[in-house]
Amino acid sequence: KIEPLKVTVDFLKVPLGLKKPPLKEALAALPGKPKSQILERHKPRRSDAMDNESQYSGYSYKSGHSRSSRKHRDRRERHRSKSRDGTRGDKSVTIQAPGEPLLDNGSTRGDERDDNWGETTTVVTGTSEHSISHDDLTRITKDMEDSAHLDCSRHLGVALGGALALLAFLTPLAFLLLPQLLWREELEPCGTPCEGLFISVAFKLLILLLGSWALFFRRPKAFFPRVFVFRALLMVLVFLLVVSYWLFYGVRILDSRDRNYRGVVQFAVSLVDALLFVHYLAVVLLELRQLQPQFTLKAVRSADGASRFYNVGHLSIQRAAVWILENYYHDFPVYNPALLNLPKSVLSKKMSGFKVYSLGEENSTNNSTGQSRAVIAAAARRRDNSHNEFYYEEAEHERRVRKRRARLVVAVEEAFTHIKRLQEEEQKNPREIMDPREAAQAIFASMARAMQKYLRTTKQQPYHTMESILQHLEFCITHDMTPKAFLERYLTAGPTIQYHKDRWLAKQWTLVSEEPVTNGLKDGVVFVLKRQDFSLVVSTKKIPFFKLSEEFVDPKSHKFIMRLQSETSV
Amino acid sequence: QRIEIHKLRQGDNLILGFSIGGGIDQDPTQNPFSEDKTDKGIYVTRVTVGGPAEVAGLQVGDKIMQVNGWDMTMVTHDQARKRLTKRNEEVVRLLVTRQSLQKAVQQSMMS
Repeated sequence: KIEPLKVTVDFLKVPLGLKKPPLKEALAALPGKPKSQILERHKPRRSDAMDNESQYSGYSYKSGHSRSSRKHRDRRERHRSKSRDGTRGDKSVTIQAPGEPLLDNGSTRGDERDDNWGETTTVVTGTSEHSISHDDLTRITKDMEDSAHLDCSRHLGVALGGALALLAFLTPLAFLLLPQLLWREELEPCGTPCEGLFISVAFKLLILLLGSWALFFRRPKAFFPRVFVFRALLMVLVFLLVVSYWLFYGVRILDSRDRNYRGVVQFAVSLVDALLFVHYLAVVLLELRQLQPQFTLKAVRSADGASRFYNVGHLSIQRAAVWILENYYHDFPVYNPALLNLPKSVLSKKMSGFKVYSLGEENSTNNSTGQSRAVIAAAARRRDNSHNEFYYEEAEHERRVRKRRARLVVAVEEAFTHIKRLQEEEQKNPREIMDPREAAQAIFASMARAMQKYLRTTKQQPYHTMESILQHLEFCITHDMTPKAFLERYLTAGPTIQYHKDRWLAKQWTLVSEEPVTNGLKDGVVFVLKRQDFSLVVSTKKIPFFKLSEEFVDPKSHKFIMRLQSETSV
Repeated sequence: QRIEIHKLRQGDNLILGFSIGGGIDQDPTQNPFSEDKTDKGIYVTRVTVGGPAEVAGLQVGDKIMQVNGWDMTMVTHDQARKRLTKRNEEVVRLLVTRQSLQKAVQQSMMS
């Protein structure tokens, strides 16, 4: 059952909305479409907004859809979301990849970008528009067959963004060069001030280039369901800026063939300054605004109640969701479905009563809900025994785990004593010298059984294959770690990111929210990040406003007296 | 209750045969005998067996209100000691109160 799910997820990895088009082109609800379709749907006055791909297309965002235009279409597309969800399953089934395990696909993609989870779609609100990212382009070119149509839309978005960037960058140079090319003879000679201005233009452009490279050309962390509002805003700003400069240039300078070259150069310099300020604005809006913590987010995993708190600044809901996910992978202990079930002896009694705990797999919940109502009354009398059973079973389990753990620790300690790092000055028979891998294999046998038993008792055995244990052992030996350091990985359930990739069980998350996901966080906002097995419920609380007052304490004011209770006899 | 104690002479000292605790310079919360823990009065903490105080009827936990007419409710511990051990007095007359007496008064008032 895992395999087809993995395949499904694998294909859902590619942005969801972009997969819809084959079924729903007519709806054109999906903005990830080729440009022509987008143009039809938009009102003409929106064309400039739509054209604005970011020149800095590092992050994923949508090409120019503003939210207001979405609202008009919300209602008529609300019903489409349901049908879309319905077809989602179909689509993934029809496009059957060869049943490769998720690992292979993940690894090819993972090589090119760090973490490509964050495929999200809003289920509640109507449309979900999808973002295009710069790096997706390179990733997709290496991708499999069905992504062919996706390439077009993403490619297009990225191309637009790059075009705008290039335009903005080359405009000042064009401003400077055109007079030289067109009416060189008529120009007034321009002395040292011009040279100073040339140098400043050159350096400012260089700084702009470096700044935008540092800020924008990064691997996108995630794929947002909706347009990144600030980015769209900045793109509009840049485009308007450049267009207005060109207008003025065309009218005032080209048409009239202005002879004052110094004025032209100053004009170009002012454009570069304006671009630098826009870049500054981008830094502030995109990076700095969210740094100061304003909200505390509580993320609770629905399956077993593991929860964490995080402090974030002003973010939109989708960005906060990505932030939570980034932290989820290294903070939350790995989700272990086997640990959710009550021990069998307790269950057998409780089966006739209530099933209070939610199980890992969905199929068994149906039985319990069906039965529980029918027998609740009858089993009410027997309710008293189950907690007793549970208590003793738990105590027994604890004892067993501790015993196995003790055996494991002893076995590992003993195994590690058989290995010693070769000192340089010792001369040994070359046959006796081993590299870490062989050393690991040599001592693994003595601890294998204890390890296996321990893992089985703590129900961790799916997470650690023999190969992985050997590799970890080799790693520890290479770095001179003690047995305790080797064991820390197995004695406590670590965060998800520490395990092998296929334990991540796909990187697709669904963001469910009652408010539009580009809204900023506010006190009391709740959204849910869903996976197939479980979900993360995130709630927001505002960090209170602190009023600090000052109190001065004189160091000499610390004085004390004795408390007497004396007794005298008379 | 009014108690009259005749001091016993032992060597160079006049002994009354009990110990006192309390006083306005002491910590009233540590007093095990007082009902009201802010009471800074003088309390009898021990009574030696067979001593003049026991003979006269003084009990542990009694609060000494007056000694020979001197008020003992707002005195320091040392002043209380001094008043009780004046060399030139053979007899000390104490006015004491205890909880059983107080309860009896209350009951009589109510009935």
